[in-house]
Amino acid sequence: MLPTLLEQTTTRVNAEIDPALHIWGWEIAVYLFLGGLVAGLLILSALLLWRPREQPPSRILQFAPLVALALLSLGMGALFLDLAYKLHVFRFYTAFRPTSPMSWGAWILVLIYPVAALSGLVALGPDARAWLLKKLPLGKVLAWAEGKRQALLGATLAGGVGLGIYTGLLLGTLTARIQWNTAVLGPLFLTSGLSSGAAFLLLFKLDEVDRHRLVRWDMLALVVEAVLIGAMLLGFANAGAAGQLAAEALLGGAWTASFWSLVVVMGIAVPLLLEGIEIKKHLPLVAVTPTLVLLGGLALRAVLLAAGQDSGFRMLP
Amino acid sequence: MQRREFIKITGMTALGVAAASSAVLPKDSQAAVDPGTDGDHTVATFCELCFWKCGVLAHVKDGKVTKIVGNPDHPLSRGALCPRGTGGTGLLYDPDRLKKPMIRVGERGQQKFKEVEWGEALDYVAAKLKDIAAKHGPESVAMFAHGFGGSFFKHLLNAYGSDNVGAPSYAQCRGAREVGFQLTFGTALGSPEVIDLENSRAIALIGSHLGENMHNTQVQEFAKAIERGAQLIVVDPRFSTAAGKARHWLPIKPGTDMALLLAWIHVMLNEGLYDRDYIEKYAVGLEQLKAHVADKTPEWASLETGLEASQIVDSIRVLAGARPAALLHPGRHTAWYGDDAQRARAMAIVNALLGSYGRRGGIYYPTKLGVPKYAGIPDYPHKFKPTPDKPKGKVYPFADESLAHGLRDASIPGTADYDIKAWLVYGTNLIQALPEPKKTIEAIQHLDLLVAVDVLPAEIVGYADVILPEATYLERWDDVVVTPYKEQYIAIRQAAVKPLYDSKPGWWIAKELANRLGLGAYFPWNDAAEMVKARLAAGKFDVDAVLKQGVALGARKPVFIEDGAPAVFATPSKKIELFSQQLADAGLDPLPKYTPPDEPGAGQFRLLMGRTPTHTFGRTTNNRFLSEVYSDNELWLNAQVARELGLENGTQVRVVNQDGVKSNALRLKATQRIRHDCVFMVHGYGHSAAGLNFAKGRGADDAALVTRIKVDPLFGGTGMSVNFVAIERA
Amino acid sequence: MNREKRYVMVVDTRLCVGCKACVLACKAENNTPDGFCRDWIVEDIWGLFPNLRAEIRSERCNHCSNAPCVDACPTGASHKVDGGIVLVDHDLCTGCKACIASCPYDARYVHPDGYVDKCTFCAHRVADGKTTACVAICPTKTLHFGDANDPQSEVAQLLASRRHKVLHPETGCEPNLYFLT
Ligand SMILES: Nc1nc2c(c(=O)[nH]1)N[C@H]1C(S)=C(S)[C@@H](COP(=O)(O)OP(=O)(O)OC[C@H]3O[C@@H](n4cnc5c(=O)[nH]c(N)nc54)[C@H](O)[C@@H]3O)O[C@H]1N2
Ligand SMILES: Nc1nc2c(c(=O)[nH]1)N[C@H]1C(S)=C(S)[C@@H](COP(=O)(O)OP(=O)(O)OC[C@H]3O[C@@H](n4cnc5c(=O)[nH]c(N)nc54)[C@H](O)[C@@H]3O)O[C@H]1N2
Ligand code: SF4
Ligand code: SF4
Ligand code: SF4
Ligand code: SF4
Ligand code: SF4
Ligand SMILES: [Mo]
Repeated sequence: MLPTLLEQTTTRVNAEIDPALHIWGWEIAVYLFLGGLVAGLLILSALLLWRPREQPPSRILQFAPLVALALLSLGMGALFLDLAYKLHVFRFYTAFRPTSPMSWGAWILVLIYPVAALSGLVALGPDARAWLLKKLPLGKVLAWAEGKRQALLGATLAGGVGLGIYTGLLLGTLTARIQWNTAVLGPLFLTSGLSSGAAFLLLFKLDEVDRHRLVRWDMLALVVEAVLIGAMLLGFANAGAAGQLAAEALLGGAWTASFWSLVVVMGIAVPLLLEGIEIKKHLPLVAVTPTLVLLGGLALRAVLLAAGQDSGFRMLP
Repeated sequence: MQRREFIKITGMTALGVAAASSAVLPKDSQAAVDPGTDGDHTVATFCELCFWKCGVLAHVKDGKVTKIVGNPDHPLSRGALCPRGTGGTGLLYDPDRLKKPMIRVGERGQQKFKEVEWGEALDYVAAKLKDIAAKHGPESVAMFAHGFGGSFFKHLLNAYGSDNVGAPSYAQCRGAREVGFQLTFGTALGSPEVIDLENSRAIALIGSHLGENMHNTQVQEFAKAIERGAQLIVVDPRFSTAAGKARHWLPIKPGTDMALLLAWIHVMLNEGLYDRDYIEKYAVGLEQLKAHVADKTPEWASLETGLEASQIVDSIRVLAGARPAALLHPGRHTAWYGDDAQRARAMAIVNALLGSYGRRGGIYYPTKLGVPKYAGIPDYPHKFKPTPDKPKGKVYPFADESLAHGLRDASIPGTADYDIKAWLVYGTNLIQALPEPKKTIEAIQHLDLLVAVDVLPAEIVGYADVILPEATYLERWDDVVVTPYKEQYIAIRQAAVKPLYDSKPGWWIAKELANRLGLGAYFPWNDAAEMVKARLAAGKFDVDAVLKQGVALGARKPVFIEDGAPAVFATPSKKIELFSQQLADAGLDPLPKYTPPDEPGAGQFRLLMGRTPTHTFGRTTNNRFLSEVYSDNELWLNAQVARELGLENGTQVRVVNQDGVKSNALRLKATQRIRHDCVFMVHGYGHSAAGLNFAKGRGADDAALVTRIKVDPLFGGTGMSVNFVAIERA
Repeated sequence: MNREKRYVMVVDTRLCVGCKACVLACKAENNTPDGFCRDWIVEDIWGLFPNLRAEIRSERCNHCSNAPCVDACPTGASHKVDGGIVLVDHDLCTGCKACIASCPYDARYVHPDGYVDKCTFCAHRVADGKTTACVAICPTKTLHFGDANDPQSEVAQLLASRRHKVLHPETGCEPNLYFLT
């Protein structure tokens, strides 16, 4: 049997690689968060708009796809900021690499633009449409889109799902980072994106039915999130030395405090509690709860992004 | 961990047909980018990052050296290099290099200088030298030199009338070994050591930390021996790199090697493990030796050394089992405890008993090529006065080179037979190389003149009156080098590029000084290139081929007794002297005796020092290229002891020696790799010279902590591992 | 015979003294930016004083047969060339760093010029029939480079005759940097 390894020294001190990987900072956390949020927004708005209504939906719903596009642009801006070779950003679009989630992501992002833009037109209420048509000669487009309403919303839904899964898959496929080496990451990020999307909408004025639906959905998403986190930790527990290392980071290591306080308590438990109270007691929902959910979503990305980079095979014997 | 596969597969099927098309707009990206570091031509020369003189090829492109690789034709490099050899560009392009001659304006040691033209600097030095010769005699000028370019200055000094040349590479380095082996076998081992490591079947190292001590060929041969299955025994208080490869690591208590060696001899004689025929034929003194070690049992040595008796016995059995292709490495830096020449004697005796002197896998008889002198250089006109390198009335009967610290001491008026009044310092940083640095600085204050010829503003340069910036080895020609070695060869140094700044080659500086001193006749050639070519031509070498290859090989001659080399021992008895009548006659121990070392006080540790592969002393610590992989030294301390002291790996600490000298802060390396009673640091750090912008203040200077020495009675060498330090948080 | 080449490097840990000549030679050959290296030395010590065991390894990109960095790259900048050498095409690289995150050996880094860099197995030298710079300099002959698919090659023979390992085989990357133990 090998005696325990006691001392390891290395001469390598490459910046951002050593002593621990630190290639992705806040930009990627924001990108992943906004990506998830946009995915949630697209999915939820598509669902809520699915059935044409008598009354125009609340303003925020009318604008949801377009707002999602604006947020998506912000996210892509963050991604761009992270690129080390910004001049070569166009290279994402001179190739499609099916094995590369990053490539999928790049293409999904650009495909979402036209789909979400057209859904955005369809979603607009009469006032907004009238105003828009005065400004821009979009009559034909709008008519065409109106005819394909269901298909467009379906595509938006699909785009949202794709985007949501992608944000999770991006890290999840990077199995070199032990912390990300879990099948739960994709669903987790998707769910968190849904709850962020719901929370985002809840920050605005909504009619009671939509509001209730969204709160229910958000609660469900939060519960599923909690379950997935549990599953992730359990998975680690059963994954040998690597899993142990991954679990330790969240259960008794460098990232434990931020994970539990920001992600679990602030981002999931407290909002769940508040939403429960609000629904039971029919209290008016305040901005506090959705804000916490959104911050929690951002924290989830930031913490896992950092913890994952901090965990590699170099830490294993 | 097959999840990557899994995700890939699910991803692919889920996302379907798209997978078929692998790339839109394919681009052929087969070729690797050529970094373009190959030169448009290469220059064959030899390295000067240390003193081993490996052949290198300097790649030159647009007048710049782009990289340095090993010369496959050179027997000392065989195409490979040690890490320092690759780093010559780091010296050549060191922004801190000396750029212009300078004359001191401030107090000595204040490091205040004014830049002057060469003419002024050389006139100044020549005038002073003339003046000193008139007032005190030329012998009052001493030279300290380390490095090949020093030959021109030694020649100049001899012509001027002094033979007082010393280098810390003797009394502070190889001296003890040379004396011990010379006394025993009649010949010193020189550099490169004449050892046939590559063919050894068993090798024992006393300290010699091969692999950290990176003399290129030696390490090559060491590795080759290991590859061929040689058994390795490493005696070192520290788990050195070599110890990591050893079958037996003997973590000896520092300063007790003599006890181990005597016990080894005891076992060899007792168990009949020695080479009877060889000893009978070639050696004298076996009976005295037997009697001498009769009570030096492994059990006795175990108590002294902290080693287990069984380990002592097993290790010598392994070594002796491979004789005569067995080698107890003679060591190199042997200036440890003051009884060093005697320890080297004991090591020589072990080698004698192994029958390894003159044998394959042991110590060989070197051969060398001759190159005629440059014709027409007059003989030196003087008989030199004996060197005043010892205190008045003191004799060190077996010193065969001058003692650098002795010449230093002679500069403090009245201490030696006559006073040294001026120093010419070439390529040696006396402040870090000599023990008792305070004394060095005191001696300097008494001088009439201190001239430093250097490439960098090292500490000693800061004390100079005149600084003469030399061109680096890549920018200059030097004399032909003739090395006694296994293979006969000569090599040359030629400039790869023109000198940067206003630096000048050593030959030029020496020649210009000679002209000003009326000694121009001693430098009759125009430049070193002309001189080298003339010497090669006179020796019937193919000059063009030598210029191209950088080296010329001679026919192989036998270097081992078994191949027909004569078994010669140049001792008075013409035999290997196990018992040394010479020592007895000088009133010294004819057989090596063990004296227990001093013990550290409470909370103190013995300070040991050594090398790191990527640096040569303090010579390269300003080399930014080499420092990419090692930039600061660390203090090695046993991890258990560190815990007891409440110190963690990586803590910044200082050490304070027994005389209250406190070091710079350095990082603690808390490690299992060292005994509990000593600490270790790499020599050459903690520079204080203002101009060494990179190295200044990095790590700690071991030399500053060597405020005490033990002087070797045989040759005056300075044992320097006799200092103790306590550790405190920085 | 016309079989496909598989370039590998074989590192004899018994011989390596951790001198770092290979690291510096690579820096000089490839003009690696200050502060970055394509190869590096890892020293492992096991045990408690005085029962210690050491292993010294000269490490670099493994030029994995199943290279996640190539898979992760969105632009095709990370790609394989003949003999299985994994290269980064500077012109295609966006600096997105997905490949860095995907490498279990942390063998890559971002070059200050923006693209991602790592060991190339000195492909520019190999193309000229030379060995790599690190192999050429190594004073202990620890390093060997060649085509493992050629049974006559030194590397194939070393792998056939000596005990060896790769680092973290569980990654499934199938590294081509072998360590003789
Ligand atoms: N990279 C590199 N290589 C070099 C040099 C360099 O500067 N850099 N310098 C060259 C020169 S000039 C020389 S002289 C040599 C020096 O190289 P060596 O002759 O090998 O050096 P030493 O200083 O004698 O040995 C240092 C080793 O001895 C151990 N040691 C200390 N005290 C004791 C003791 O009491 N007993 C025993 N058994 N071991 C002890 C230390 O732990 C350390 O491992 O290196 C040469 N090679
Ligand atoms: N405390 C302590 N003292 C020691 C040792 C130790 O381990 N510890 N080791 C001892 C040993 S083994 C030895 S060999 C000695 C060596 O000690 P030194 O003889 O001092 O050797 P270096 O440190 O190599 O000397 C370097 C000087 O040469 C200069 N130099 C470099 N290249 C050139 C050149 O081309 N031309 C000129 N003109 N100058 C050049 C450098 O800038 C530097 O100032 O030190 C001994 N002293
Ligand atoms: S051993 Fe290294 S530093 Fe010394 S001469 Fe050879 S290559 Fe240069
Ligand atoms: S050059 Fe050779 S011996 Fe030195 S560290 Fe590299 S592989 Fe090891
Ligand atoms: S070691 Fe890393 S960079 Fe090299 S091929 Fe494998 S995954 Fe890619
Ligand atoms: S950084 Fe460059 S090489 Fe790496 S994945 Fe991105 S585009 Fe490819
Ligand atoms: S193969 Fe070339 S690029 Fe790779 S580490 Fe060796 S020298 Fe550097
Ligand atoms: Mo030395």
